[in-house]
Amino acid sequence: MAPIEKVEGRAIPFGLKNVDTDVIIPAKWLKTISREGLGRGAFETLRADPDNLFDNPEFAGAPILIAGDNFGCGSSREHAAWALGDLGIRVVIAPSYSDIFSGNAVKNGILPVVLPQTAIDRLMEVAATDPIHVDLDTQTVTTPFQDRFRFDIDPFRKMCLLNGLDEISLTEKSETAIAAHEKKMATDQPWLIPATP
Amino acid sequence: MTRPRTLYEKIWDAHVVEQRPDGTCLIFIDRHLVHEVTSPQAFAGLRASGRTVRRPDLTLAVPDHNLPTTPRKDAAGQRLPIADAESAAQLAALETNAPAFGIRYIDAVAPEQGIVHVVGPEQGFSLPGTTIVCGDSHTACHGGIGALAFGIGTSEVEHVLATQTLLLQPAKTMEVRVEGEVGPGVTAKDIILHITGVIGAAGGTGHVIEYTGSAIRALSVEGRLTVSNMAIEGGARAGLIAPDDVTFAYLKGRPYAPKGADWDAAVAYWTSLATDLGATYDKTVVIDAADIAPSVTWGTSPEDVVPITGTVPAPDSFADPSKQAAAAKSLAYMGLEPGTRMQDVAIENIFIGSCTNSRIEDLRAAAAVLKGRHKAAGVKWAIVVPGSGLVKAQAEAEGLDRIFTDAGLEWREPGCSACLGMNPDKVPAGERCASTSNRNFVGRQGPGSRTHLVSPAMAAAAAVTGRLTDVRELID
Ligand code: SF4
Repeated sequence: MAPIEKVEGRAIPFGLKNVDTDVIIPAKWLKTISREGLGRGAFETLRADPDNLFDNPEFAGAPILIAGDNFGCGSSREHAAWALGDLGIRVVIAPSYSDIFSGNAVKNGILPVVLPQTAIDRLMEVAATDPIHVDLDTQTVTTPFQDRFRFDIDPFRKMCLLNGLDEISLTEKSETAIAAHEKKMATDQPWLIPATP
Repeated sequence: MTRPRTLYEKIWDAHVVEQRPDGTCLIFIDRHLVHEVTSPQAFAGLRASGRTVRRPDLTLAVPDHNLPTTPRKDAAGQRLPIADAESAAQLAALETNAPAFGIRYIDAVAPEQGIVHVVGPEQGFSLPGTTIVCGDSHTACHGGIGALAFGIGTSEVEHVLATQTLLLQPAKTMEVRVEGEVGPGVTAKDIILHITGVIGAAGGTGHVIEYTGSAIRALSVEGRLTVSNMAIEGGARAGLIAPDDVTFAYLKGRPYAPKGADWDAAVAYWTSLATDLGATYDKTVVIDAADIAPSVTWGTSPEDVVPITGTVPAPDSFADPSKQAAAAKSLAYMGLEPGTRMQDVAIENIFIGSCTNSRIEDLRAAAAVLKGRHKAAGVKWAIVVPGSGLVKAQAEAEGLDRIFTDAGLEWREPGCSACLGMNPDKVPAGERCASTSNRNFVGRQGPGSRTHLVSPAMAAAAAVTGRLTDVRELID
């Protein structure tokens, strides 16, 4: 997983609210058994419109996506994060996300920045013509026009994103605690082990 | 004496393996359900890193999402191949991965095969007080028996396979209390649609919702699974309903449920899980059951709910400007005009199925409306898809399949079917479907499909009249 520290570039001023994962990547694209190549299916329904932002040459390769409230709601499909990643998106900026989506984003090296709607409105304006700068270390989003928005992020997520850390290796460090829990479960609640039918 | 705790807090506390300084907890997962769509990349990840499945005994795999619901064996009993190459590849991957990693596997033609969220409780694999995960957002369903259950993405599937744990932040708690008695024709589905309309699609974000109150306690386990199933449509990570005697009676004797002395110990423990007197929730919403009518959605968000006696709302009837814009978009997609009576909306397709409404009680409710009746001429496609092979067998033993086929509906093999556009069961573009599933998103039932979420009885009523119909007019 590629670490993220600073991301600078054009931001797609998308802004739509309640964008569900079916919109990010339609169900027909879920039938893959690998993680690559999903960018082609990203926002497919919206891209049927020839004037869509995603195929606008102005935003080709833009690493940032600005979205509305409750981004990534709906189905838990992680393909949504893979599709955004495959599209080249490293940062999403929105007022809120579905819990599942923001978790999936972080696990796939995409930074979900939360900013209030007023900040989003301003960034949408800037993004139409100019680049945006996101700095995870200082937790700020800045524009070439002296705008400066600070965002909060869970420190653990921040550490994982900054270091490009894979969660499984981190968890494996807790082996002793996991084994202790399993042992306790086997003695205190033996019925938790499924019966043999 | 310890601080009074909610059901959620008790289950959470019992599963904390380790707490990080920032409050994040490593949570032990008691049950992991695996299906063919969100698992191939997880198994590939394990292979790539040389990892194994830590607790195959706590893992159960079953294919459901993209299996066709047409017959799976030919006349000679030979298994039929799946025409769609990608679906076939996903199924083949699960068939290889499950035995390779030592996981229990219910195959596509086993009598117990079905939708993962129907199979879990039905097999007694899902139990109260456990933590349950699955790579499908409607895992919240298992909250109906009092399990803390939630959907996860594929990276998390890999994480659980490898470590049997997940890193989670504790959720806030929300109580949705439904007091009183519901009227005739009002089912668990109407209760949860109504709740979603009241709290909104993001109303439960960051929370785990516990459904309480006399109207919830009066529900069967099937009904409770329906309610909890759609917790996610209200934005919540999970739903919960306190396990009680109804739950225990449902689970007793199921294949993987505890037996003998273990059963008694389990029941004693499960009984202790109910929210303590004096425990507080971060948020409480109280709903009067008498206010709930048979309900239907008009838009493309599950919060777009009106009573069947209602009309399509005008976008400017909403206070929030962004909701106004969303409503206008929804109406354009749905091909609906504000002010239209919901009961005047013609329906061409009927889908009775999905993990929300494909259990035996759902099929009985639909059959009760369809008995001695026939689908309307305008209804082109109407299918009934049982949630599992066992539900199918039970329905056939009760003669429900005959009621459906006599009424002109198709009786299918178990699976997710038209709940999502992943298998051959799709709603054609521009056409409407009265659907018992859980999502009315744009394109959910196939590109351009227009979904109206309803209860099984309401879907049956729509089949009879060819339009959205108040089921109370067809029952007495
Ligand atoms: S029926 Fe629908 S919601 Fe339920 S598991 Fe299948 S696809 Fe998911």
